[in-house]
Amino acid sequence: MNVDSIRDGIVIDHIAAGSGMKLYELLGLSSLDAPVAIMMNVSSHKLGRKDIIKIDAEIPINFDVIGYVDPGATVNVIRGGELAEKKRIALPERLVNVIRCRNPRCISVCEQELDQVFCLTDRETKEYRCLYCETKAAVL
Amino acid sequence: MRSVIDVPDLSPEELEELMDTAEDIIANPAKYSEVCRGKKLATLFFEPSTRTRLSFEAAMYELGGNVLSVTGAGTSSAAKGESVADTAKTVSCYADIIAMRHPKEGAARVAAQNASVPVINAGDGGHCHPTQTLADLLTIRREKGGFNGLTVGLCGDLKFGRTVHSLINALSRCEGLRFVLISPEELKLPSYVKNESLKKKGIPYTQTTDLEGAIGDLDILYMTRVQRERFFNEEDYLRLKDSYILTPEKLKKARKDLCVMHPLPRVNEISVAVDDDPRACYFKQVLNGKYMRMALIMMLLKEAGRL
Repeated sequence: MNVDSIRDGIVIDHIAAGSGMKLYELLGLSSLDAPVAIMMNVSSHKLGRKDIIKIDAEIPINFDVIGYVDPGATVNVIRGGELAEKKRIALPERLVNVIRCRNPRCISVCEQELDQVFCLTDRETKEYRCLYCETKAAVL
Repeated sequence: MRSVIDVPDLSPEELEELMDTAEDIIANPAKYSEVCRGKKLATLFFEPSTRTRLSFEAAMYELGGNVLSVTGAGTSSAAKGESVADTAKTVSCYADIIAMRHPKEGAARVAAQNASVPVINAGDGGHCHPTQTLADLLTIRREKGGFNGLTVGLCGDLKFGRTVHSLINALSRCEGLRFVLISPEELKLPSYVKNESLKKKGIPYTQTTDLEGAIGDLDILYMTRVQRERFFNEEDYLRLKDSYILTPEKLKKARKDLCVMHPLPRVNEISVAVDDDPRACYFKQVLNGKYMRMALIMMLLKEAGRL
Protein backbone atom coordinates (compact mmCIF):
# COMPACT_ATOMS: atom_id res chain seq x y z
CA MET A 1 0.00 0.00 0.00
CA ASN A 2 1.50 3.34 -1.05
CA VAL A 3 0.78 6.87 0.07
CA ASP A 4 2.33 9.72 -1.90
CA SER A 5 5.18 11.56 -0.22
CA ILE A 6 4.41 15.11 0.80
CA ARG A 7 6.23 18.26 -0.29
CA ASP A 8 5.38 20.68 2.52
CA GLY A 9 3.77 19.26 5.62
CA ILE A 10 4.10 17.13 8.71
CA VAL A 11 4.61 13.43 9.28
CA ILE A 12 3.83 12.05 12.73
CA ASP A 13 5.69 8.76 12.83
CA HIS A 14 6.29 5.92 15.30
CA ILE A 15 2.81 6.22 16.81
CA ALA A 16 1.99 3.13 18.82
CA ALA A 17 -0.23 0.86 16.73
CA GLY A 18 -3.87 1.61 17.47
CA SER A 19 -3.29 5.19 18.72
CA GLY A 20 -3.36 6.90 15.33
CA MET A 21 -7.10 7.48 15.21
CA LYS A 22 -7.15 8.87 18.77
CA LEU A 23 -4.39 11.29 17.85
CA TYR A 24 -6.25 12.25 14.67
CA GLU A 25 -9.33 13.08 16.75
CA LEU A 26 -7.52 14.97 19.54
CA LEU A 27 -5.48 17.04 17.07
CA GLY A 28 -8.75 18.04 15.39
CA LEU A 29 -7.48 16.92 11.98
CA SER A 30 -10.95 16.07 10.74
CA SER A 31 -11.70 19.79 10.42
CA LEU A 32 -8.50 20.50 8.51
CA ASP A 33 -8.84 21.77 4.94
CA ALA A 34 -5.86 19.74 3.66
CA PRO A 35 -5.20 16.12 2.70
CA VAL A 36 -4.48 13.88 5.69
CA ALA A 37 -3.50 10.21 5.51
CA ILE A 38 -3.62 7.82 8.44
CA MET A 39 -1.75 4.56 8.04
CA MET A 40 -2.39 1.94 10.66
CA ASN A 41 -0.52 -1.24 11.55
CA VAL A 42 2.42 -0.41 9.33
CA SER A 43 5.47 -2.68 9.77
CA SER A 44 8.17 -1.12 11.91
CA HIS A 45 11.69 -2.33 12.81
CA LYS A 46 11.51 -0.47 16.11
CA LEU A 47 7.93 -1.17 17.20
CA GLY A 48 6.83 -4.19 15.20
CA ARG A 49 3.69 -2.32 14.18
CA LYS A 50 3.07 1.41 14.17
CA ASP A 51 0.67 4.08 12.96
CA ILE A 52 1.66 7.09 10.83
CA ILE A 53 -0.19 10.34 10.13
CA LYS A 54 0.78 12.44 7.13
CA ILE A 55 -0.55 15.99 6.84
CA ASP A 56 -0.09 17.72 3.50
CA ALA A 57 0.22 21.19 5.04
CA GLU A 58 2.48 22.79 7.63
CA ILE A 59 -0.06 23.53 10.31
CA PRO A 60 0.52 24.48 13.95
CA ILE A 61 0.58 21.24 15.93
CA ASN A 62 -0.13 20.87 19.64
CA PHE A 63 2.84 18.76 20.68
CA ASP A 64 1.33 18.25 24.15
CA VAL A 65 -1.47 16.26 22.50
CA ILE A 66 1.03 14.01 20.75
CA GLY A 67 3.03 13.59 23.99
CA TYR A 68 -0.13 12.68 25.86
CA VAL A 69 -1.24 10.07 23.30
CA ASP A 70 2.23 8.65 22.68
CA PRO A 71 5.44 10.27 23.96
CA GLY A 72 7.38 7.82 21.78
CA ALA A 73 6.05 9.35 18.55
CA THR A 74 8.24 11.55 16.34
CA VAL A 75 7.27 14.59 14.31
CA ASN A 76 9.00 15.32 11.01
CA VAL A 77 8.48 18.66 9.33
CA ILE A 78 8.88 18.40 5.56
CA ARG A 79 9.70 21.44 3.42
CA GLY A 80 10.34 21.28 -0.32
CA GLY A 81 10.13 17.50 -0.14
CA GLU A 82 13.06 17.35 2.33
CA LEU A 83 13.19 16.66 6.05
CA ALA A 84 13.53 20.16 7.55
CA GLU A 85 13.00 19.43 11.26
CA LYS A 86 12.66 16.39 13.47
CA LYS A 87 10.96 17.04 16.79
CA ARG A 88 11.25 14.83 19.84
CA ILE A 89 8.11 14.44 21.91
CA ALA A 90 7.87 14.25 25.71
CA LEU A 91 5.10 13.54 28.17
CA PRO A 92 3.70 17.02 28.93
CA GLU A 93 3.45 18.26 32.51
CA ARG A 94 0.10 19.93 31.75
CA LEU A 95 -2.67 19.42 29.24
CA VAL A 96 -4.79 22.45 28.50
CA ASN A 97 -8.08 21.96 26.64
CA VAL A 98 -7.09 18.55 25.31
CA ILE A 99 -9.34 16.29 27.37
CA ARG A 100 -12.39 17.05 29.49
CA CYS A 101 -13.10 16.25 33.14
CA ARG A 102 -15.71 13.51 33.59
CA ASN A 103 -16.60 14.40 37.18
CA PRO A 104 -20.11 15.93 37.17
CA ARG A 105 -19.27 17.63 40.49
CA CYS A 106 -16.26 19.45 39.03
CA ILE A 107 -16.41 23.23 38.61
CA SER A 108 -14.90 22.88 35.11
CA VAL A 109 -17.88 20.78 34.01
CA CYS A 110 -20.33 23.31 35.44
CA GLU A 111 -18.57 26.47 34.19
CA GLN A 112 -17.86 25.67 30.56
CA GLU A 113 -15.69 28.71 29.86
CA LEU A 114 -12.95 27.48 32.22
CA ASP A 115 -9.88 25.94 30.65
CA GLN A 116 -9.82 22.17 31.04
CA VAL A 117 -6.47 21.64 32.75
CA PHE A 118 -4.95 18.28 33.63
CA CYS A 119 -1.63 17.80 35.44
CA LEU A 120 0.76 14.87 35.18
CA THR A 121 0.68 13.22 38.62
CA ASP A 122 2.51 9.97 37.89
CA ARG A 123 5.05 9.85 35.06
CA GLU A 124 5.46 6.08 35.32
CA THR A 125 1.79 5.27 34.79
CA LYS A 126 1.12 8.38 32.63
CA GLU A 127 -1.55 9.42 35.09
CA TYR A 128 -3.17 12.83 34.67
CA ARG A 129 -5.56 14.46 37.13
CA CYS A 130 -7.91 17.40 36.76
CA LEU A 131 -6.36 20.57 38.21
CA TYR A 132 -9.64 21.51 39.87
CA CYS A 133 -11.14 18.33 41.32
CA GLU A 134 -8.16 15.93 40.98
CA THR A 135 -10.26 13.32 39.19
CA LYS A 136 -8.11 10.94 37.18
CA ALA A 137 -8.26 11.32 33.39
CA ALA A 138 -9.83 8.44 31.51
CA VAL A 139 -7.34 5.93 30.17
CA LEU A 140 -6.81 6.40 26.45
CA MET B 1 -1.26 35.79 45.92
CA ARG B 2 -0.94 33.01 48.47
CA SER B 3 -4.15 31.05 49.08
CA VAL B 4 -4.88 27.81 50.90
CA ILE B 5 -6.92 25.37 48.85
CA ASP B 6 -5.67 22.09 50.28
CA VAL B 7 -3.49 20.98 53.19
CA PRO B 8 -0.37 20.37 51.03
CA ASP B 9 -0.41 24.11 50.27
CA LEU B 10 1.05 24.42 53.77
CA SER B 11 4.50 23.04 54.55
CA PRO B 12 5.02 20.91 57.69
CA GLU B 13 6.86 23.88 59.21
CA GLU B 14 3.93 26.19 58.47
CA LEU B 15 1.51 23.69 60.03
CA GLU B 16 3.65 23.65 63.17
CA GLU B 17 3.80 27.45 63.14
CA LEU B 18 0.00 27.68 62.82
CA MET B 19 -0.47 25.28 65.73
CA ASP B 20 2.03 27.24 67.84
CA THR B 21 0.18 30.47 67.03
CA ALA B 22 -3.14 28.83 67.91
CA GLU B 23 -1.71 27.68 71.25
CA ASP B 24 -0.54 31.23 71.91
CA ILE B 25 -3.99 32.62 71.04
CA ILE B 26 -5.54 30.17 73.52
CA ALA B 27 -3.06 31.26 76.22
CA ASN B 28 -3.15 35.01 75.47
CA PRO B 29 -6.38 35.96 73.64
CA ALA B 30 -6.09 39.65 74.52
CA LYS B 31 -2.79 39.87 72.63
CA TYR B 32 -4.65 39.13 69.38
CA SER B 33 -7.90 41.00 69.91
CA GLU B 34 -6.95 44.00 67.74
CA VAL B 35 -4.60 42.38 65.23
CA CYS B 36 -7.06 42.58 62.31
CA ARG B 37 -8.65 45.91 63.17
CA GLY B 38 -9.98 47.54 59.98
CA LYS B 39 -9.65 44.33 57.96
CA LYS B 40 -12.56 42.53 56.33
CA LEU B 41 -13.13 38.84 55.80
CA ALA B 42 -15.70 37.90 53.13
CA THR B 43 -17.38 34.59 53.86
CA LEU B 44 -18.89 33.28 50.63
CA PHE B 45 -20.90 30.19 51.46
CA PHE B 46 -22.75 28.74 48.48
CA GLU B 47 -23.50 25.51 50.34
CA PRO B 48 -25.15 25.02 53.75
CA SER B 49 -22.82 25.33 56.74
CA THR B 50 -23.20 26.28 60.37
CA ARG B 51 -19.93 25.44 62.02
CA THR B 52 -17.43 26.48 59.39
CA ARG B 53 -19.00 29.82 58.52
CA LEU B 54 -19.56 30.82 62.14
CA SER B 55 -16.09 29.63 63.01
CA PHE B 56 -14.51 31.84 60.33
CA GLU B 57 -16.66 34.77 61.36
CA ALA B 58 -15.97 34.29 65.07
CA ALA B 59 -12.26 33.98 64.25
CA MET B 60 -12.24 37.31 62.40
CA TYR B 61 -14.25 39.08 65.10
CA GLU B 62 -11.92 37.79 67.80
CA LEU B 63 -9.01 39.22 65.82
CA GLY B 64 -10.76 42.60 65.88
CA GLY B 65 -11.74 42.47 62.20
CA ASN B 66 -15.05 42.68 60.35
CA VAL B 67 -17.02 40.23 58.25
CA LEU B 68 -18.94 40.53 54.97
CA SER B 69 -21.14 37.53 54.48
CA VAL B 70 -22.92 35.77 51.62
CA THR B 71 -24.90 32.67 52.46
CA GLY B 72 -26.57 30.45 49.90
CA ALA B 73 -26.27 30.67 46.15
CA GLY B 74 -29.90 31.84 45.99
CA THR B 75 -29.15 35.18 47.67
CA SER B 76 -26.10 36.08 45.62
CA SER B 77 -25.25 36.83 42.00
CA ALA B 78 -24.47 33.14 41.57
CA ALA B 79 -28.25 32.76 41.21
CA LYS B 80 -28.03 35.05 38.17
CA GLY B 81 -25.39 32.80 36.67
CA GLU B 82 -22.29 34.72 37.75
CA SER B 83 -19.13 32.66 37.45
CA VAL B 84 -16.91 31.86 40.42
CA ALA B 85 -14.11 33.80 38.72
CA ASP B 86 -16.20 36.97 38.45
CA THR B 87 -17.45 36.61 42.02
CA ALA B 88 -13.87 36.31 43.26
CA LYS B 89 -12.72 39.37 41.30
CA THR B 90 -15.68 41.40 42.57
CA VAL B 91 -15.36 40.42 46.22
CA SER B 92 -11.61 41.16 46.10
CA CYS B 93 -12.63 44.82 45.68
CA TYR B 94 -14.41 44.79 49.04
CA ALA B 95 -12.53 42.39 51.31
CA ASP B 96 -8.97 41.73 52.47
CA ILE B 97 -9.39 37.96 52.53
CA ILE B 98 -12.03 35.47 51.37
CA ALA B 99 -13.24 32.21 52.90
CA MET B 100 -15.32 30.29 50.37
CA ARG B 101 -17.47 27.18 50.46
CA HIS B 102 -18.92 25.93 47.20
CA PRO B 103 -20.69 22.71 46.18
CA LYS B 104 -18.50 22.25 43.09
CA GLU B 105 -15.12 20.59 43.42
CA GLY B 106 -12.28 22.90 42.46
CA ALA B 107 -14.34 26.09 42.88
CA ALA B 108 -11.94 27.44 45.51
CA ARG B 109 -8.99 27.00 43.14
CA VAL B 110 -10.84 28.97 40.46
CA ALA B 111 -11.57 31.69 43.03
CA ALA B 112 -7.91 31.78 44.11
CA GLN B 113 -6.74 32.09 40.49
CA ASN B 114 -8.93 35.13 40.00
CA ALA B 115 -8.99 36.91 43.36
CA SER B 116 -6.49 39.62 44.21
CA VAL B 117 -6.73 38.78 47.92
CA PRO B 118 -5.97 35.47 49.69
CA VAL B 119 -8.64 32.77 49.41
CA ILE B 120 -9.18 30.08 52.02
CA ASN B 121 -11.05 27.01 50.88
CA ALA B 122 -13.82 26.41 53.38
CA GLY B 123 -14.90 23.25 51.55
CA ASP B 124 -15.35 22.61 47.83
CA GLY B 125 -17.91 19.84 47.48
CA GLY B 126 -16.45 16.47 48.34
CA HIS B 127 -12.94 17.57 47.45
CA CYS B 128 -11.01 19.43 50.18
CA HIS B 129 -11.68 21.06 53.52
CA PRO B 130 -8.25 22.14 54.74
CA THR B 131 -9.30 24.18 57.78
CA GLN B 132 -11.14 21.16 59.20
CA THR B 133 -7.84 19.33 58.96
CA LEU B 134 -6.13 22.19 60.78
CA ALA B 135 -8.71 21.80 63.57
CA ASP B 136 -8.09 18.04 63.63
CA LEU B 137 -4.32 18.42 63.82
CA LEU B 138 -4.45 20.89 66.71
CA THR B 139 -6.88 18.62 68.55
CA ILE B 140 -4.62 15.59 68.17
CA ARG B 141 -1.56 17.58 69.24
CA ARG B 142 -3.32 19.01 72.29
CA GLU B 143 -4.84 15.68 73.32
CA LYS B 144 -1.87 13.42 72.54
CA GLY B 145 1.08 15.79 72.86
CA GLY B 146 2.21 15.03 69.29
CA PHE B 147 1.66 12.81 66.28
CA ASN B 148 4.44 10.27 66.06
CA GLY B 149 3.69 6.64 66.82
CA LEU B 150 -0.10 6.98 67.00
CA THR B 151 -2.59 4.37 65.80
CA VAL B 152 -5.33 6.33 64.05
CA GLY B 153 -8.68 4.71 63.27
CA LEU B 154 -10.88 6.33 60.62
CA CYS B 155 -14.43 5.07 60.59
CA GLY B 156 -17.49 5.49 58.36
CA ASP B 157 -17.55 7.12 54.95
CA LEU B 158 -13.93 6.95 53.86
CA LYS B 159 -14.86 7.24 50.18
CA PHE B 160 -16.55 10.62 50.00
CA GLY B 161 -15.30 11.98 53.35
CA ARG B 162 -13.05 14.84 52.31
CA THR B 163 -11.92 15.46 55.90
CA VAL B 164 -10.60 11.91 56.07
CA HIS B 165 -8.57 12.27 52.87
CA SER B 166 -7.05 15.57 53.99
CA LEU B 167 -6.28 14.26 57.48
CA ILE B 168 -4.55 11.14 56.15
CA ASN B 169 -2.53 13.30 53.79
CA ALA B 170 -1.46 15.64 56.59
CA LEU B 171 -0.67 12.87 59.08
CA SER B 172 1.24 10.86 56.48
CA ARG B 173 4.07 13.36 56.95
CA CYS B 174 4.56 12.13 60.56
CA GLU B 175 6.68 9.22 61.72
CA GLY B 176 5.66 5.86 63.13
CA LEU B 177 1.97 6.32 62.41
CA ARG B 178 -0.40 3.45 61.68
CA PHE B 179 -3.89 3.72 60.20
CA VAL B 180 -6.88 1.45 60.71
CA LEU B 181 -9.49 2.08 58.00
CA ILE B 182 -12.95 1.03 59.16
CA SER B 183 -15.75 1.25 56.59
CA PRO B 184 -18.40 -0.70 54.68
CA GLU B 185 -17.06 -2.20 51.44
CA GLU B 186 -18.85 0.45 49.36
CA LEU B 187 -17.32 3.36 51.26
CA LYS B 188 -13.70 2.24 51.40
CA LEU B 189 -10.86 4.73 51.07
CA PRO B 190 -10.27 5.40 47.33
CA SER B 191 -7.22 3.62 45.96
CA TYR B 192 -5.58 6.86 44.81
CA VAL B 193 -5.58 8.18 48.40
CA LYS B 194 -4.16 4.86 49.62
CA ASN B 195 -1.49 4.90 46.92
CA GLU B 196 -0.41 8.49 47.30
CA SER B 197 -0.69 9.03 51.04
CA LEU B 198 0.02 5.56 52.42
CA LYS B 199 1.59 3.03 50.03
CA LYS B 200 4.12 5.38 48.43
CA LYS B 201 5.27 6.53 51.87
CA GLY B 202 5.38 3.01 53.32
CA ILE B 203 2.86 3.83 56.04
CA PRO B 204 1.25 0.69 57.52
CA TYR B 205 -2.53 0.40 57.41
CA THR B 206 -5.22 -2.21 57.80
CA GLN B 207 -8.73 -2.22 56.37
CA THR B 208 -11.67 -3.71 58.21
CA THR B 209 -15.45 -3.51 58.42
CA ASP B 210 -15.40 -4.32 62.17
CA LEU B 211 -15.35 -1.27 64.46
CA GLU B 212 -15.68 -3.26 67.69
CA GLY B 213 -12.82 -5.55 66.73
CA ALA B 214 -10.50 -2.63 65.96
CA ILE B 215 -11.41 -0.10 68.66
CA GLY B 216 -9.12 -1.55 71.37
CA ASP B 217 -5.97 -0.80 69.35
CA LEU B 218 -6.66 2.85 68.68
CA ASP B 219 -5.21 6.09 70.07
CA ILE B 220 -7.52 8.16 67.88
CA LEU B 221 -10.96 7.20 66.56
CA TYR B 222 -12.11 9.61 63.86
CA MET B 223 -15.80 9.02 63.15
CA THR B 224 -17.49 10.41 60.04
CA ARG B 225 -21.02 10.91 58.83
CA VAL B 226 -22.35 9.17 55.75
CA GLN B 227 -23.21 12.29 53.74
CA ARG B 228 -26.54 12.25 51.93
CA GLU B 229 -25.43 15.10 49.65
CA ARG B 230 -22.57 13.05 48.18
CA PHE B 231 -24.82 10.24 46.90
CA PHE B 232 -26.51 10.26 43.50
CA ASN B 233 -28.72 7.40 44.62
CA GLU B 234 -30.98 7.75 47.71
CA GLU B 235 -31.27 3.97 48.07
CA ASP B 236 -27.51 3.59 48.53
CA TYR B 237 -27.52 6.35 51.13
CA LEU B 238 -30.32 4.75 53.15
CA ARG B 239 -28.62 1.36 53.05
CA LEU B 240 -25.28 2.68 54.32
CA LYS B 241 -26.15 5.56 56.63
CA ASP B 242 -26.36 3.52 59.83
CA SER B 243 -23.30 1.36 59.21
CA TYR B 244 -21.48 2.49 62.35
CA ILE B 245 -22.88 3.94 65.53
CA LEU B 246 -20.49 4.58 68.42
CA THR B 247 -22.13 3.85 71.79
CA PRO B 248 -20.88 3.74 75.41
CA GLU B 249 -20.97 -0.08 75.16
CA LYS B 250 -18.59 -0.11 72.21
CA LEU B 251 -16.33 2.39 74.02
CA LYS B 252 -15.89 -0.11 76.88
CA LYS B 253 -13.49 -2.02 74.64
CA ALA B 254 -11.44 1.11 73.91
CA ARG B 255 -8.36 2.46 75.66
CA LYS B 256 -8.82 4.83 78.56
CA ASP B 257 -6.92 7.53 76.70
CA LEU B 258 -8.67 7.11 73.34
CA CYS B 259 -9.48 10.40 71.65
CA VAL B 260 -12.86 10.28 69.81
CA MET B 261 -13.09 12.85 67.04
CA HIS B 262 -15.73 13.82 64.48
CA PRO B 263 -15.76 16.72 61.99
CA LEU B 264 -19.48 17.31 62.77
CA PRO B 265 -22.33 17.62 62.11
CA ARG B 266 -23.19 14.16 63.35
CA VAL B 267 -26.47 12.50 62.61
CA ASN B 268 -26.53 9.36 64.69
CA GLU B 269 -23.06 7.87 64.21
CA ILE B 270 -22.04 8.90 67.74
CA SER B 271 -24.66 8.29 70.39
CA VAL B 272 -25.42 11.40 72.49
CA ALA B 273 -24.63 9.26 75.56
CA VAL B 274 -20.97 9.31 74.48
CA ASP B 275 -20.79 13.11 74.84
CA ASP B 276 -20.18 12.92 78.61
CA ASP B 277 -17.31 10.47 78.20
CA PRO B 278 -13.98 12.27 78.78
CA ARG B 279 -12.70 10.64 75.59
CA ALA B 280 -15.19 12.58 73.46
CA CYS B 281 -13.16 15.38 71.85
CA TYR B 282 -15.41 16.53 69.00
CA PHE B 283 -16.62 19.73 70.60
CA LYS B 284 -13.02 20.58 71.52
CA GLN B 285 -12.32 20.15 67.79
CA VAL B 286 -14.88 22.84 67.01
CA LEU B 287 -13.15 25.30 69.34
CA ASN B 288 -9.70 24.37 68.07
CA GLY B 289 -10.95 25.02 64.54
CA LYS B 290 -11.66 28.63 65.42
CA TYR B 291 -8.15 29.14 66.83
CA MET B 292 -6.54 27.58 63.78
CA ARG B 293 -8.63 29.75 61.46
CA MET B 294 -7.50 32.81 63.43
CA ALA B 295 -3.89 31.72 63.00
CA LEU B 296 -4.41 31.08 59.26
CA ILE B 297 -6.16 34.39 58.61
CA MET B 298 -3.29 36.22 60.30
CA MET B 299 -0.66 34.27 58.40
CA LEU B 300 -2.23 34.93 54.98
CA LEU B 301 -2.96 38.59 55.65
CA LYS B 302 0.66 39.11 56.76
CA GLU B 303 1.96 37.38 53.63
CA ALA B 304 -0.32 39.52 51.47
CA GLY B 305 1.12 42.62 53.11
CA ARG B 306 -2.25 43.53 54.58
CA LEU B 307 -1.23 43.28 58.25
